[in-house]
Amino acid sequence: MPVSEMAVIRESRAMEPYGFSLILDAPGIAAAAVPGQFVHVDCGGDTLLRRPFGVCGVDGMQVRLCYELKGRGTELLTRVRAGDLLPVMGPLGRGFDLSGERILLVGGGMGTAPLLFAAGRSKYADAILGYRSADQELLSEDYKKVCGTVELCTDDGTLGEHAFPDALVRRRLEREAYDRVLICGPNAMMKAVAKVCKEAGAPYQVSLDVRMGCGVGACLVCACRDSAGHYRRVCRDGPVFDGEEMDWDD
Amino acid sequence: MTDLTIEFAGLRWKNPVAVASGTFGFGREYGEFYDLSELGAICVKGLTLHPREGNAPPRIAETPAGILNAVGLQNPGVEGFIRQELPELRRHDVPVIANLSGNSPEEYGEMAAMLSDAGVDMLEVNISCPNVKAGGMAFGTCPAAAAEVTRAVKDRSKVPVMVKLSPNVTDIAEMARAVEDAGADALSLINTLLGMRIDIETRRPVLRNNTGGLSGPAVFPVAVRMVWQVRQAVKLPILGMGGIRSGDDAVEMLLAGADAVAVGTASFVDPFAPIRVRDGIAAYLDSHGLTSPRELSGGVRAW
Ligand SMILES: Cc1cc2nc3c(=O)[nH]c(=O)nc-3n(C[C@H](O)[C@H](O)[C@H](O)COP(=O)(O)OP(=O)(O)OC[C@H]3O[C@@H](n4cnc5c(N)ncnc54)[C@H](O)[C@@H]3O)c2cc1C
Ligand SMILES: Cc1cc2nc3c(=O)[nH]c(=O)nc-3n(C[C@H](O)[C@H](O)[C@H](O)COP(=O)(O)O)c2cc1C
Ligand code: FES
Repeated sequence: MPVSEMAVIRESRAMEPYGFSLILDAPGIAAAAVPGQFVHVDCGGDTLLRRPFGVCGVDGMQVRLCYELKGRGTELLTRVRAGDLLPVMGPLGRGFDLSGERILLVGGGMGTAPLLFAAGRSKYADAILGYRSADQELLSEDYKKVCGTVELCTDDGTLGEHAFPDALVRRRLEREAYDRVLICGPNAMMKAVAKVCKEAGAPYQVSLDVRMGCGVGACLVCACRDSAGHYRRVCRDGPVFDGEEMDWDD
Repeated sequence: MTDLTIEFAGLRWKNPVAVASGTFGFGREYGEFYDLSELGAICVKGLTLHPREGNAPPRIAETPAGILNAVGLQNPGVEGFIRQELPELRRHDVPVIANLSGNSPEEYGEMAAMLSDAGVDMLEVNISCPNVKAGGMAFGTCPAAAAEVTRAVKDRSKVPVMVKLSPNVTDIAEMARAVEDAGADALSLINTLLGMRIDIETRRPVLRNNTGGLSGPAVFPVAVRMVWQVRQAVKLPILGMGGIRSGDDAVEMLLAGADAVAVGTASFVDPFAPIRVRDGIAAYLDSHGLTSPRELSGGVRAW
């Protein structure tokens, strides 16, 4: 069951070289959250709607979120300080399936945030992380603490291999078997990786990013078509979906 | 002692706070946050005779103090509602108001018969949805068409009929009078105001439907004004809505002439908004030495 709570900010900081990290005391959410689920944050100020962020990690009563500066809401978030109160609702949505012995995590950019939580809760996980460039790297050191292997790549070759993640995933799936590949990142990247998984016959899940309203399943604004052509609610039926479940081409 | 109970179009509500159609699904989701029996009434998601998939996404955009939506009446259809959702809602001690949209007066009538036979407590006739091509707002912007739909529903309904007015008209009082003369038992207003946003880089409208309905605090003064005008034009009970997010907002709406209020978009921001609004009304009554919300209705001392 989701809760709506006033979280106390424990730590709010800019990460090096990219992104922001927020640690909250949110006992209700921390107790229930599973990887892939998200929280809905009231950023205050002149924003009206809450903003969704994947849970990046849980430690006791604390929940960690990582985010990048996008617009008004995330700009307001960068201004919160330790001790401030933040209205947060969650955990929301359907998380990743972490059953099985071996999981491959494929994260792109900010998509590495929700997957980090999955890394910590899997029996065994390897990670392939892609960034646009070295100055947008984030969380790879955290991954190294919880994953078997961590491979990095960048679109411009400034960090790790000069490649897109799907190339590394293709190479990996030729040599090793996984119970499931979990993908989170920009749509184009997820599509390329999904294609590779499909060709290799590896089961996979994706986490979709759409604009949300209520975040709980009541308003139907977060629609995405499934492969049968019916609209599903990303906030409630997702945000994590099985590979072939959704048709996210539009 | 404050007593929040009201009688609305012959029904007893525990308090004057309902939740607005389309912002509360069929109650399952917000029912995880509090007991739905705490509410005055529930207006369910807008229903059509047959299931509808709704509009292509994006369906939402944020605007200053408001949101634009273009869901396009995605719903499981009347039969789907009666089979899957109504039994679940019936487990709570709260009046269920079915919101319906049709393509013709006959279709409205058919839906009214099915829904009232199935045991909903009241019908809310949506003649004001800005997000669908057929029906919807077309009926809500022409007094004669609105009256015809009202009569068709009244003919076939066994329960009180509330008609939901569109704010996208020149003279809302005229619409209200037409619907009253056609036999409506209550009015609800306002539905969303037609709006549009454009992405200046892509030059594409932000909503895939191009236009959408504006709701939230941005529309509150428009809603108060329209309720005030309608109050002076008709005797019917009024369910006032549009941008309400606090007890004080609700009191203002009641003073303008509403007999009860509905909370919509505010639930997206705070799931407990309807409960806060209810408690805020009680606190206002208490601190002003009043005992019932009835004492507020239409109490504005206009200049
Ligand atoms: C389930 C889920 C989990 C997420 N997890 C994270 C996370 O862990 N870290 C993180 O940084 N971000 C995450 N996001 C994305 C995050 O919600 C948005 O970046 C944030 O809402 C932007 O808010 P803003 O007010 O700063 O920007 P806004 O001013 O709202 O938006 C900036 C621009 O992006 C557009 N836009 C806004 N939201 C979306 C969207 N969802 N899809 C497409 N375009 C959009 C706007 O129209 C605008 O042009 C997640 C999204 C979802 C759905
Ligand atoms: C996402 C969304 C969906 C809506 N769907 C319906 C609907 O199906 N039928 C209807 O009569 N009104 C619908 N409405 C209008 C609301 O019931 C209400 O009239 C309007 O939003 C104004 O109230 P608010 O500002 O408190 O939200 C919808 C509004 C929103 C925001
Ligand atoms: S955001 Fe409201 S249903 Fe998904």
